[in-house]
Amino acid sequence: MMEFPGQLIYWIVVVMMMMGFYIVIAQGNFVKKIVGLNVFQVSVFLLYITMGKVNGGTAPILADGIEVFSNPLPHVLILTAIVVGVATTSLGLALVVRINEEYGTIEDDDILEQESDV
Amino acid sequence: MITDHLIILQIIIPLIAAPFCVFIRNANVTWALATVISWICLAISITLMQQVMVTGEIIYELGGWAAPWGIEYRVDMLNAWVLVIVTSVGAVVTPYAKLSAEKEIDNDRLYIFYAMLLLCETGLLGITVTGDAFNLFVFLEISALSTYVLISMGKDRRGLTAAYRYLIMGTLGATFYITGVGLLYMQTGSLNIADLGKLIPDVADSRTVQAALAFMTVGLCVKLALFPLHMWLPNAYAFAPSVVTVFLAATATKVAVYALVRVIFTIFGGVDILEAVQISDVLIAMAIVAMFGGSAVAIYQTNIKRMLAYSSLAQIGYMILGLSMNSVLGVSAGLVHLFNHAMMKGGLFMVMGCVVYRIGSAKLGDMAGLGKQMPLTMGAFVLGGLSLIGVPLTVGFVSKWALLQAALEKGWWPIAVLIVISSLMAVVYIWRVVEVVYFQAAPAGRVAVKEAPLMMMIPMLTLIGAAYYFGIDGTTTMDIAGRAAESLIGGLK
Repeated sequence: MMEFPGQLIYWIVVVMMMMGFYIVIAQGNFVKKIVGLNVFQVSVFLLYITMGKVNGGTAPILADGIEVFSNPLPHVLILTAIVVGVATTSLGLALVVRINEEYGTIEDDDILEQESDV
Repeated sequence: MITDHLIILQIIIPLIAAPFCVFIRNANVTWALATVISWICLAISITLMQQVMVTGEIIYELGGWAAPWGIEYRVDMLNAWVLVIVTSVGAVVTPYAKLSAEKEIDNDRLYIFYAMLLLCETGLLGITVTGDAFNLFVFLEISALSTYVLISMGKDRRGLTAAYRYLIMGTLGATFYITGVGLLYMQTGSLNIADLGKLIPDVADSRTVQAALAFMTVGLCVKLALFPLHMWLPNAYAFAPSVVTVFLAATATKVAVYALVRVIFTIFGGVDILEAVQISDVLIAMAIVAMFGGSAVAIYQTNIKRMLAYSSLAQIGYMILGLSMNSVLGVSAGLVHLFNHAMMKGGLFMVMGCVVYRIGSAKLGDMAGLGKQMPLTMGAFVLGGLSLIGVPLTVGFVSKWALLQAALEKGWWPIAVLIVISSLMAVVYIWRVVEVVYFQAAPAGRVAVKEAPLMMMIPMLTLIGAAYYFGIDGTTTMDIAGRAAESLIGGLK
């Protein structure tokens, strides 16, 4: 059975994930939505980093005296995912800037109103 | 030998060409480059298809690192089939793109458009060839990020909000997918798709693996726009530049369907997951709602690009319906519809691209009287529309017939009836267009227009022609789809 304190980090992941998800859905401000998206993504990064950790393990270096080491693969995967996250965030923010130029607002409701007028 | 490296060249060539487009900056040169590259990709994928037909599965180890540690690219009948779909659409779209893009995209940004088009094709081809679940995510994001840019490039400001909304949905979907991959890695220690297929049966009872399945399915269903996760699609297709819509409608959702097929039938193939956790019931229900909902909403659209987008939602319903039947006939019906829908919907969106090129609008009211002024283009629309309905001699008929046979084989006659009824709904929305285009006089204020230039007409007629060629002789396509389906289903029994 799952020990509560021992698995605390997974609970943090779940709570962060749901917080991020909620912000994306509930907020009407386009910048805040991207913030929520970032929280959501970071929770998954944490999940990956956590799963690679071995108790008492060090960095995976080939040297004398190092017997137990953490699994580096999930960490490397997450480096890739972070890069993807940065690209997504910057593209998202660039779009928000363009939307602000065209509509004069970045609130979902105002934009929907302007679009329904046309 | 260079032929040993064809699989990786398929990805590398468009990937390297994309930054070159940014360096070159000249719109005409980048267009020529993109066209040449897309034809090279088509040649490679056809060669791969022929190789697979002769020798079976081809495996390519990146950097010589053996799987499951290294990343491997693996091409079997199914991958080769999807590669041919993507590259053939790409090869037809790039010649068409020149004039259409000049009209609908700021001319000083055209080079970025071609770079993004190549990058998007790279991503889609990468998803298709990779044998590694995490690598698939990376390609998914390459294609998605370039797609967001492509959608936002039009002159209509609603393209920007459509791209933004798609970015939010798409990123959520992709993040769901890697969460699933992470959970699988926790249980099995592997990221190789084929290897996962072997390891999953031992751990299939654990909650972690079931959660992984849920995350991956939901994530990919966002990408393929299955009801009720489709909200991003109609606006993205309606307000993107026409040529972008052609490319995306014909390829992007198809590749996402392919990824879902891999998850269900290869990663979870060893445990017959559709039966084990009854997601097939859920998928079938969603597919049927999509078939009816998509067609019903399409009937009320006044923007024809948007109407065709809703019709795409219905067609995605048919694909998912076929796959979730979990039989060789059903899966092959779904897979053959990937190709068939790419041909007819690509052709129809090209028609709309020609209309927008001439009259600058995709609104139904503005299209009045075009039947006389653009007879070939509108004729192509009618022919493509007949294929959407599923009239015999069209590709639409081939896939619907296969789907009906699959439903009847299972004894699900109510579903067979639903397939027929929802197909008939297509008659209504195609007829609305026909009525306005042929039986209403052109609006008084509009200058008489003529056919679009040949450079746009030829690709359009090629796709519509293909929709009839493979409709009259569907044996080749059905044979390939059938063999792909057998290898998928055979893997699990």
